[in-house]
Amino acid sequence: MIRKLFVGAAASALFGLLAWSLYHLPAHPAGLTVQAHAALPRSGVSHPVTAVLLNYRGYDTLLEIAVLLLAVVGVWSLRAMPAGGPEARGAPILGALLRLIVPSLLLVGGYMLWIGAFAPGGAFQGGALLGGALVLLLLGGLGGALLRHIGLLRVALSAGLLVFIAVGALSMAVTGTLLQYPEGLAGTLILVIESAAMVSIGLTLGAMFHGGRPVRAEGAGDDE
Amino acid sequence: MIEHLFDVLLALLITWLGWRAVTDRDSLRAVVTFIALGLMLALTWLRLRAPDLALAEAAVGAGLTGALLLVSLKRRQSRPEGNPIEPGKEES
Amino acid sequence: MSEPLTGLYLIVGAALFALGLYGLIASAHILRKIIALNVMANGVFLVFVATAARVSADAPDPVPHAMVLTGIVVAVCATGLALVLADRVRATPPGTDDGEHGRWT
Repeated sequence: MIRKLFVGAAASALFGLLAWSLYHLPAHPAGLTVQAHAALPRSGVSHPVTAVLLNYRGYDTLLEIAVLLLAVVGVWSLRAMPAGGPEARGAPILGALLRLIVPSLLLVGGYMLWIGAFAPGGAFQGGALLGGALVLLLLGGLGGALLRHIGLLRVALSAGLLVFIAVGALSMAVTGTLLQYPEGLAGTLILVIESAAMVSIGLTLGAMFHGGRPVRAEGAGDDE
Repeated sequence: MIEHLFDVLLALLITWLGWRAVTDRDSLRAVVTFIALGLMLALTWLRLRAPDLALAEAAVGAGLTGALLLVSLKRRQSRPEGNPIEPGKEES
Repeated sequence: MSEPLTGLYLIVGAALFALGLYGLIASAHILRKIIALNVMANGVFLVFVATAARVSADAPDPVPHAMVLTGIVVAVCATGLALVLADRVRATPPGTDDGEHGRWT
């Protein structure tokens, strides 16, 4: 109890310090909006957040996708989880719902990927929807069919990072700077990177939910 | 004026949800409160004109993190001694 | 839509950070520590986005938005990895390594 009071006092002091310093921030900072919007016609997309993510600060996004892959590698090396895990009971209502929802999620995910060039959206949002579809499939007991092809799963998980690095290397071969897209090709290259990244992100989130390296469950029946 | 009232209410709600999420003694209630916090945060991203963030937060920050925590809670209850499977002894 | 009260959101972000730090240190259960860590991260994101909204009324700064977007996805994967690590910690018998720390749950 004394420890909690002490920690509470320390946290309150930290809050006071943070609030005081945040209060003294400028009310209208200059920011980077003007520069971001000014360079937008040359960036290949017309949505500023997508341009920042995949063009102005593309290197950060490359490293972040590598971190996602690293997280899956970490989870897979720490635990092995049978494909038809304890969550996969496959209730009949869930099966009926899956037939409706999973195709809709895939469609909306693809739409998010495409619309990311001109409106809020992009690879991360599409990947999140794809991950949601995978989570529903795992809950419905169809994980066994999905996780059977481990080799293909490995390739698809690393596809985002590999495609990103390949595009960066090819750009370096053409223009001399890493991730400096050639003139006029920026929009196409961004779409290619985003497509691979969406698949990777969705599968990463699904693999995180599954919680371990997929192994063959002994004696458990797999749904087809 | 109404929007400022909305801001104040949202700020109070987020603070209260954050307080309950870290101090609740029941783990299940804490996880559910955390999911609610994530959804209120998605509303905040919309209010602060960040629709990309609202999409990502609602799907991943609130939904998937909540699902991960709930699954972990359930696995913890059904197998309280932890995962006995040793990596390296399984051939996948 | 009028301009949001960004100062208030900045304070709330600081509050979430402090609350999360308190929960991280003071909670006994490892799961609640992970929740507290996520609350801290959300506080940081709120400070970022509130600062971005301060730049101008209808054209927020897109750079912090991109940073927070990657931050949200990385935080989810870090949470997943932390949960698996917590499970491994629980499965390790208490006398395994040199330290004398007991089990956390």
